[in-house]
Amino acid sequence: MSVATTYRTCPRSGLQFENQAEWLMKANAFVAVVWLLFGGILAIGIVLTRWPAVHLLEADTFYMWLTAHGIDMLIFWIIFFEVAVLYFASSTLLRCRIATPKIAWLAFVLMIVGSVMNNVAVFQGASSVMMTSYVPMMAEQHFYLGIILFAVGALIACFVFFGTLVVAKKEKTYEGSIPLVTFGAMTAAIIAVFTLLSGAIILIPAWLMSLGVLENVDPLIYRTVWWALGHSSQQINVAAHISIWYLVAAVAFGAKPMSERVSRTAFLLYILFLQLASAHHLLADPGLSTGWKVINTSYFMYFAVLASMLHGLTIPGAMEVAQRQKGYTKGLFEWLRKAPWGNPTFSGVFISIIGFGFLGGISGVMMGTEQLNMIIHNTIYVPGHFHATVVIGTTLTFMALTYYLIPVLFKREMIAPTMAKWQPYVFGLSMYAFTLVMMGAGTLGVSRRHWDMAFEGHALAYEWPGAAYLMMGLVGITGLAAIVGGIMFVYITVGSLLWGKKLDTGNVSAKFTPVSRAAPSAAAQSYGSMGFAAPGTFVLAMVFLIAFVLYYFINWKYLSTLWGLS
Amino acid sequence: MSAILPPSERLWIKHPIDRVEGTWIVIALTWCLIMFFMMVGWHIWGNQNLSTETYRTTPERFQEKAQEMVDKWTVRTETAENIPVVAPPPGADIYQIARLWNFWPILELEKGKTYRLHLTSLDYNHGFSLQPANINIQMVPGFEHVVTVTPNQSGQYSIVCNEFCGIGHHTMVGRLYVK
Repeated sequence: MSVATTYRTCPRSGLQFENQAEWLMKANAFVAVVWLLFGGILAIGIVLTRWPAVHLLEADTFYMWLTAHGIDMLIFWIIFFEVAVLYFASSTLLRCRIATPKIAWLAFVLMIVGSVMNNVAVFQGASSVMMTSYVPMMAEQHFYLGIILFAVGALIACFVFFGTLVVAKKEKTYEGSIPLVTFGAMTAAIIAVFTLLSGAIILIPAWLMSLGVLENVDPLIYRTVWWALGHSSQQINVAAHISIWYLVAAVAFGAKPMSERVSRTAFLLYILFLQLASAHHLLADPGLSTGWKVINTSYFMYFAVLASMLHGLTIPGAMEVAQRQKGYTKGLFEWLRKAPWGNPTFSGVFISIIGFGFLGGISGVMMGTEQLNMIIHNTIYVPGHFHATVVIGTTLTFMALTYYLIPVLFKREMIAPTMAKWQPYVFGLSMYAFTLVMMGAGTLGVSRRHWDMAFEGHALAYEWPGAAYLMMGLVGITGLAAIVGGIMFVYITVGSLLWGKKLDTGNVSAKFTPVSRAAPSAAAQSYGSMGFAAPGTFVLAMVFLIAFVLYYFINWKYLSTLWGLS
Repeated sequence: MSAILPPSERLWIKHPIDRVEGTWIVIALTWCLIMFFMMVGWHIWGNQNLSTETYRTTPERFQEKAQEMVDKWTVRTETAENIPVVAPPPGADIYQIARLWNFWPILELEKGKTYRLHLTSLDYNHGFSLQPANINIQMVPGFEHVVTVTPNQSGQYSIVCNEFCGIGHHTMVGRLYVK
């Protein structure tokens, strides 16, 4: 079957873009950045309100902005970008046309209509229910309808991705198995289908309840099913940004995966176990049995944690092997010292890997431990954790990828290269500090989603310790620093699209060029044939493990000093 | 650049594993299992486990039981709103109501004594965040959650609502005493 379209081969990267897919990627990525910009503006008001000495916004404005910030960042910015990543991982990497481009545009329109409708509802003022919108607290009906339309659009986009895989297979644009990055993206898409269906299952009744059609939705069932959307949607991010880590290791170093078997099995573990994590939010709930909590919160014996620990080793490991082959073999860490630290695509990803593991990963396991959850549930430790996973992990990775895509996909020279060089450090490192002080305040018990920690004028006011105020002040300062990093990113990307020098398009042809297979893997031909291929990475992994073990038992020690509870 | 190319060998499942990866898999898996059994073990040997004893309830039924407790064991009232301070005997069933936007009543417990604390919300989701002990439990409307508590330190505690419950959320704070 031949379809009238054209394929452009990028002269800078050798990647081949099909015309329809290229426009879809550009449109989705661009709208994503618009949501990031908007969510970032809201973040200014939020951090300046939680900084006790500033306390900027009024209570109703604060809760309204916080609702919008959560949804715009966690759902709209990230999923729009992920749709672009899905199209890239299928159409571009497999060099085939995108399946059903018209339906892909329909998905795009649905997502735009849904996201705008939801925000209109929030800013009309009567839907400040936070992202979680726990029943029986009710938002206006178009709050729910907006998310439902968006979810349907995103679901359609996932099926366009699956359809594109089928097209590639049928039209034989590649041989053998799909590339690892595409495999990871497929993992993300499979998780996305589960996630978005869960969202529909629970938000449709909530919507009917807001219309008065349904009288009651059980609050506990709502929480249980909602988190299959709320938490699992963050697992789409994990699968997507880890795929991009592999992609960046490949394009920045020419690195090959150490072992396709290990990396792909780790992705499969995600499909099997990652969704169980929605239990993390229900550990402090009544009505759920201990067995259910323990099995689910640990992803059945921590098999998804195992998968992340594997990716955390194999990605830097692949970089190390590639660097050593280039001759950077001195000592344990010459390969790392000689890495391209001035290239924002690499530095962004590396800061992301380290922060995601040490800050996001370790804190996530703490919160997800059934008993330890009692000292963390609904404190500001929780947003501390997920800013480490979703902002340092996903957002920073997407930013790093965008720097790569500006010349390749958007055909523009990047403006302000020096600023771009610094941006991942400013944004990433201030985010490190931001999440640390949030977790610090959370350890002292400070609540999340709270307008006034001073309880001004209240007869029973609780006085937080001075350290908690100090931490929350630092939340304000480090949060502003991260926002500066975010502004730099938006300036560089939007500026490049507007004023960046146009780069040449490259050859356009009516036929695709099939992708060739990788050269036989040099990393390891049989077990141990390379000796101990990545010793530096192994040392880093052991440092990580020690930090993990120490912090884990410190928390148990803290827990053991609490009241007896049974 | 093989992460973005189809792998050279046909069956990825048969690719060899490097020694670094093999070693790390064993270490990581061991740690994962330790963490899993730590959770299970704490249920056997630890003293801080969240009870799962739960009943369905209605605001009327729960309020009735709480009122009964208040009538029996109130020792004084506090603040301009005359919130009753209730000092139940050790071992008693005690009730804490969360509603828009306060906790009711104030409980006065004894250090080292055990109580059956019944928690519920009468309207939206609320959070039971006991400070400075930092014990955090979700309060879900329609569900009566019975937690057995043994305070181990005397003093004045606050209960902060840490689940967003509308515009008055940040004014929702209660108190609890341990003698």
